[in-house]
Amino acid sequence: MRKQILKGLAASAIALAALPALAQETVKIGLILPMTGQQASTGRQLEAGVKTYMAQHGAKVAGKTIEVIVKDDTGVADISKRLAQELVVNDKVSVLGGFGLTPIAMAVGPVATQAKVPAIIMTAATSVVVEQSPYFIRVGRTMPQMTFPIADWAAKNGVKTAVTLVSDYAPGIDGEKFFKQRFEEAGGKVLDTLRAPLASPDFAAFLQKAKDLKPDALFLFVPSGQGATLMKQVIDRDFAGSKIRVIATGDVTDDDLLNSMGDSVLGMVTSHDYSADHDSPENKAFVETFKKVNDNLRPNMMAIAAYDGMDVIYRALEATKGDANGQKLIEAMKGQKWMSPRGPMEIDATTREAIPPMYIRKVERKNGELYNVEFEAVGPVKDPTHK
Amino acid sequence: MSMAPHSKLDGEAGARLLAKAQWRWYEVLFWLAAISLYFVFGDFIPGIPTKLMLLSEIVSLGLLALSIDLVLGYAGIVTLGQGAFFGLGAYVAGVMAKAGMGVFPLSDPLLGLLAAAAVCGIAGFLTSFLVLRGSDLTRLMVTLGVALILAELANQMRWLTGGADGLQGVTSSPILGQWDFDLWGRTAYLYSLAVLFVCFWLSRRIVHSTFGLSLKAIKGNALRARAIGVPVNARLIAIYALAAAIAGVAGALLAQTTQSASPDMIAFHRSADALLILVFGGAGYLYGGLIGAVLFRVMQDVIGAFTLQYWQFWLGLVLVLLVLFVRGGVIGLLEGWWNRMTRTGDAP
Repeated sequence: MRKQILKGLAASAIALAALPALAQETVKIGLILPMTGQQASTGRQLEAGVKTYMAQHGAKVAGKTIEVIVKDDTGVADISKRLAQELVVNDKVSVLGGFGLTPIAMAVGPVATQAKVPAIIMTAATSVVVEQSPYFIRVGRTMPQMTFPIADWAAKNGVKTAVTLVSDYAPGIDGEKFFKQRFEEAGGKVLDTLRAPLASPDFAAFLQKAKDLKPDALFLFVPSGQGATLMKQVIDRDFAGSKIRVIATGDVTDDDLLNSMGDSVLGMVTSHDYSADHDSPENKAFVETFKKVNDNLRPNMMAIAAYDGMDVIYRALEATKGDANGQKLIEAMKGQKWMSPRGPMEIDATTREAIPPMYIRKVERKNGELYNVEFEAVGPVKDPTHK
Repeated sequence: MSMAPHSKLDGEAGARLLAKAQWRWYEVLFWLAAISLYFVFGDFIPGIPTKLMLLSEIVSLGLLALSIDLVLGYAGIVTLGQGAFFGLGAYVAGVMAKAGMGVFPLSDPLLGLLAAAAVCGIAGFLTSFLVLRGSDLTRLMVTLGVALILAELANQMRWLTGGADGLQGVTSSPILGQWDFDLWGRTAYLYSLAVLFVCFWLSRRIVHSTFGLSLKAIKGNALRARAIGVPVNARLIAIYALAAAIAGVAGALLAQTTQSASPDMIAFHRSADALLILVFGGAGYLYGGLIGAVLFRVMQDVIGAFTLQYWQFWLGLVLVLLVLFVRGGVIGLLEGWWNRMTRTGDAP
């Protein structure tokens, strides 16, 4: 008897689900962002980037109204997976996006695949993530894309020996691996590779060891948000006085935190795809709107990734004439090319990986504020790890 | 150790204790309510959103809090390290499911649960000797230390655990080859609830047995308990190992239903959250952890829905008020009301 009731209920549920989707006028986008905890500054920037895009382009595209739903991932992978499931099943979102850390993107992958919903990776930077689901698209950047240009630049500018110091998690280890590989191919030598625990940002012992090795340069990578803590400790050790150049990926001189680091970071060379100082009309408009709608906050690389992520979604909807079918959307997202505030952007048609333009930048004071000023354009960098 | 409740309980006191062990109507109601949630939140009724994934998560968290109740609420061992067994269980189940590539038998969820229980039971047994030494403060430190060591091991043993990025590709085969885990979380919830009930029933038997009563005696006064012939150390070791096994099952449930295991599952905040939940719900009732887990997560979900960045503030405020003004958590509150109501009812 009970079994029959169960069966009856299940059957009616299936019937309900199978009803032809009514012509929906809204397209929902579910964002899973770190709004609390260690990564909260990333979440704030991502949300602000989305707001900026919608302030510039409105909430309507191809006859549909865009509705954005934001959920707090609390920095925990299993909660993020549950949130993704609820967004798909309850809110019927057509696109997922966000994902502050690699493990979170990894946890959401199976949901995207099972539900056939495109998922836009905005932050997570480990190369392998995008391969975990055929519905993943990355609009940010990967570790090798950030580290190759700075390794090349160092080798070309008189750096013979280097020591690397990274946070001990996948992107950090990726950064260490790719810096070492590229730098040694160019004839340099990495004297030691140091890894600091991700959870406790005390770098003193590692920095002392790096200094004792007397390399020409110290290469740094920490997740966005920890840069200020790291740089304070770097400055305390006076690497400049010992003729050790400090170089890094742009995460360390994050636009969001750069001003609070003080003049001692002046002249530091980094590589990244986005600087709030980038000189183009697109970026001027972006920074201006961003500051206006977000309480004078300065956009960083997270904000631009969220902005470009929204752009990819809008473009895809235009291409499908408003059809939010997951398969059609993901096809429309592959191979997109557009002019982003960071320069010409492209989504690789086969690997679904972002191909961002990279720049070598130097910290300088401009109009009383510290900026990463670009002085060498590297051009688009493809991720070398995808086949 | 005897688990049969009847063995040595006779006389008037025995009769009273036996009466206490009877299932009450409100307990039956509790479990019926838990089952009915499946029909309410399983996306069967149009208009009501699916919340089964959240409910499965609550079940796992409640089971962890239940395991802490066994050691803290009944045996009086303060622990900040139950998350270690939770995480260990998650990794055991996760690694097994991954190694089996989602195919029976190695990836079978039930086998994963048993393996997690066995491994964590053994780990609990081995570490219990550390816990026996010293007083409450030392125990806090020791349990915390064990959890930290395990968390770092999980972080470092990249080849087995996937390091800081967590274990990927955890795919369980359908339960008993029949029920696959679906996107709505229907299988996940019924499965988690069934496992919770079995663990709860077992725990309930135990706390009402002579063994359980001796634990209460130890909690009351260990010296006196020893004087009347209770083998204090052996009893504490047994309950600690058992609670570790149950915590392992809770972790395994979470790993199987979310298809992942990460160092986060072993992290300090799991132990702290679960302890908080238990105190919130009320320690020493078995139901405290379950009710606490429901309220904690539902509050987080509801508050988080309208204040994304500041839900921790409101949650913290509620917790502080509850702990300040109510002894014995939510259940203590309900018990107080109940007693007052029945007393006025009796009065002429």
